[in-house]
Amino acid sequence: MEKENLTDLLKQHPFLHNVSDEHMQTLIGCASNVRFPDNAYLIREGELANKFFLIRTGRVALEIDVPGKAVLRIQTAGPGEVLGWSWLISPYRWHFSGVAVMDTRAIALDAECLRNKCETDPAFGYEMLKRLALVMEKRLEATRLQLLDLYDMTPSGATS
Amino acid sequence: MKDPSEALHSAPVDPMTTHPVTVRKVIWENDDTFTLTLDMNEAFEKFSFLPGQFNMLYVFGVGEAAISISSDPVKINTIEHTIHRVGTVTAALAHMKKGNVIGVRGPYGAGWNLDAAKGKDVCIATGGIGLAPLRPVIYSLLKNRDDYGRIVILYGGRSPLDLLFRVELEKWEDEENIEVLVTVDRADSSWKGHIGVVTSLLSYIKLDTRNTIAYVCGPEIMMKYTIDELVRRGLSDEQVFLSMERNMKCAVGFCGHCQYGPTFICKDGPVFPLPRIRSLLDRKEL
Repeated sequence: MEKENLTDLLKQHPFLHNVSDEHMQTLIGCASNVRFPDNAYLIREGELANKFFLIRTGRVALEIDVPGKAVLRIQTAGPGEVLGWSWLISPYRWHFSGVAVMDTRAIALDAECLRNKCETDPAFGYEMLKRLALVMEKRLEATRLQLLDLYDMTPSGATS
Repeated sequence: MKDPSEALHSAPVDPMTTHPVTVRKVIWENDDTFTLTLDMNEAFEKFSFLPGQFNMLYVFGVGEAAISISSDPVKINTIEHTIHRVGTVTAALAHMKKGNVIGVRGPYGAGWNLDAAKGKDVCIATGGIGLAPLRPVIYSLLKNRDDYGRIVILYGGRSPLDLLFRVELEKWEDEENIEVLVTVDRADSSWKGHIGVVTSLLSYIKLDTRNTIAYVCGPEIMMKYTIDELVRRGLSDEQVFLSMERNMKCAVGFCGHCQYGPTFICKDGPVFPLPRIRSLLDRKEL
């Protein structure tokens, strides 16, 4: 893919909304355009977290392998969302698997490249961390809501 | 769309009088939710209702439960109630079979204000059994399609097997200028759809925030977070309507069981414009 096109794709992704030109140039050096067909795994639980994905189109399901039971899908990431932050947190191993449930296009950012740039350029590192923290906060809130088992709740006082 | 006064006129003269009505059909939607089709002709000369209104269903010798009407408002000879089995009365209703007779009084309450959405886009955000009271809204919107803009239906359930009206959801999705996004809390690997809370679906759609009316129905905590997200995206309180639920007994505002601050859910609701109850939503023990 042409560098110019990759820049456009990165700029269009909500995760990088209003990112500075300087940081954009830093990111481009780590980025590649990728495509996954239906049922292809982007990440696998336990494996090295060597990529950070910005989903452009399609859908990726996060899976947990529950011993003795069927694989459980717990969340999906779609267009405009990101997949994975284990690349930033030692020991850099995926905690879940991620499988494309339809044809999926994404920007893959090389984790080692990103980590190095975060270390050497603290302003860039802080910018990435702030953006990821927002994603984490949203995911945590969504997880808490899922834990409430919302739809099984009967209205207060409803006994009939 | 019927004139609200027309629906009120069709209500029984004595609002406490129960009419015997025959069960025509029972369809199980999932493990604990079923739809009762009732033959209204015998008991009511002319029964009509507004989307969002409810009836009191009486199982003789057991008791009464307030249940929203979930069918097409145009079809008045038979009406449907989609019921979540949660207590004694609904468990008894779950045992009903074709030909059984139950008592019905109604319809009661304020319905969804569809006039507010005329000429505008509509966002329906719902979860679990909350889709049932909004189903008549969807039928009405589709019947008068030219009166409304784009329609977005966001629906969340516990798991794929818990989703209500799946065939209809697919059918609605095929309609022009309608988007149907369904999500579940968890699924096995056969599910290809969204997984996550219903509010997460809002990130996949673009709302024309100045020209959209939102109808929200589901568990109260779901509605709270959905309203927060709608407002965060630019909708004003005036653009949001929601359906509340409390334990209703008399259905006409006499008994006070469903008192909600200065309002009665049965009489003033169950559907409210958000500004009317905004201050009550975060108040504990209401």
